[in-house]
Amino acid sequence: MPDLGPYWLEVLASYIVSLVILAGLVALIWRRSARVHRDLSKLEARSRAAPRTGEHGNG
Amino acid sequence: MSLWEYANPKKFMDTTGPLVPWVAGAAAVAMATGLIWGFFLTPDDFRQGSTVRIVFIHVPAAMMAINIWVMMLVTSLVWLIRRHHVSALAAKAAAPIGLAMTVIALITGGLWGQPMWGTWWVWDPRLTSFLVLCLFYIGYIALWQAIEDPDTAADLTAVLCLVGSVFALMSRYAVFFWSQGLHQGASLSVQAGERMAADYRYPLYLCMVAFGLLFVALVLVGTRTEIRARRMKALEARARMTQGLT
Repeated sequence: MPDLGPYWLEVLASYIVSLVILAGLVALIWRRSARVHRDLSKLEARSRAAPRTGEHGNG
Repeated sequence: MSLWEYANPKKFMDTTGPLVPWVAGAAAVAMATGLIWGFFLTPDDFRQGSTVRIVFIHVPAAMMAINIWVMMLVTSLVWLIRRHHVSALAAKAAAPIGLAMTVIALITGGLWGQPMWGTWWVWDPRLTSFLVLCLFYIGYIALWQAIEDPDTAADLTAVLCLVGSVFALMSRYAVFFWSQGLHQGASLSVQAGERMAADYRYPLYLCMVAFGLLFVALVLVGTRTEIRARRMKALEARARMTQGLT
């Protein structure tokens, strides 16, 4: 750890706050991406199954 | 091959899918190397002391905050002129990243300003235009959330983006227009030659590349998510219609 002298608080706070904001941003974007991907996969599977069900039902 | 081919959502998804892990990996490596180099391996500045280390976050974040708005301006214009949905969704995906960069630049700027200028904040042209840019980012995101119809939302946010571009450009060039501000001129300038010692310049270049790569990775993931979300809405609407017909 370098000796940050009298400004240690400002320097450390800059790095910590920025890294927390960046980590939060990455987590939010990643989580939403995973959720939407999962929901879309389920929906696509259901919509692929739906016409077959319809054919059986109508037949 | 034309660039416009990537306006096709399927082509965009197929092309960007394999790219994302590489860009994200490169961003992580560059970010870790740049910040470790900047924080641990650079000497104190004779005037700024250890606060010079804040530059490795502040400058790339401020640069990205402005560049992201310019990218949003370009994609908004593409939407308004050519009506490519991917471009509107890319602008939407870029906005939260731009907001995060603006907030980081404002906070680190204040943390640097207190010991160096003796104040956290001053109504200097560059700082003020940056604060207005931050408010434009918030307004842009809020406008997307507030309007249900995605095409209307894309139209209105594109117009807001055009208006906000004045402040993005002002943030960039304010230090050249007005000389009464506290904020110093550009740290790195091609015209004025290098004003920064190599000890600081190289880690700063690396951090700038890292922030750029991080943005590219996040905007690709975000745009892919928006495309999927739009497809989901279309499938749900189709399912509702089918249910309504049967």
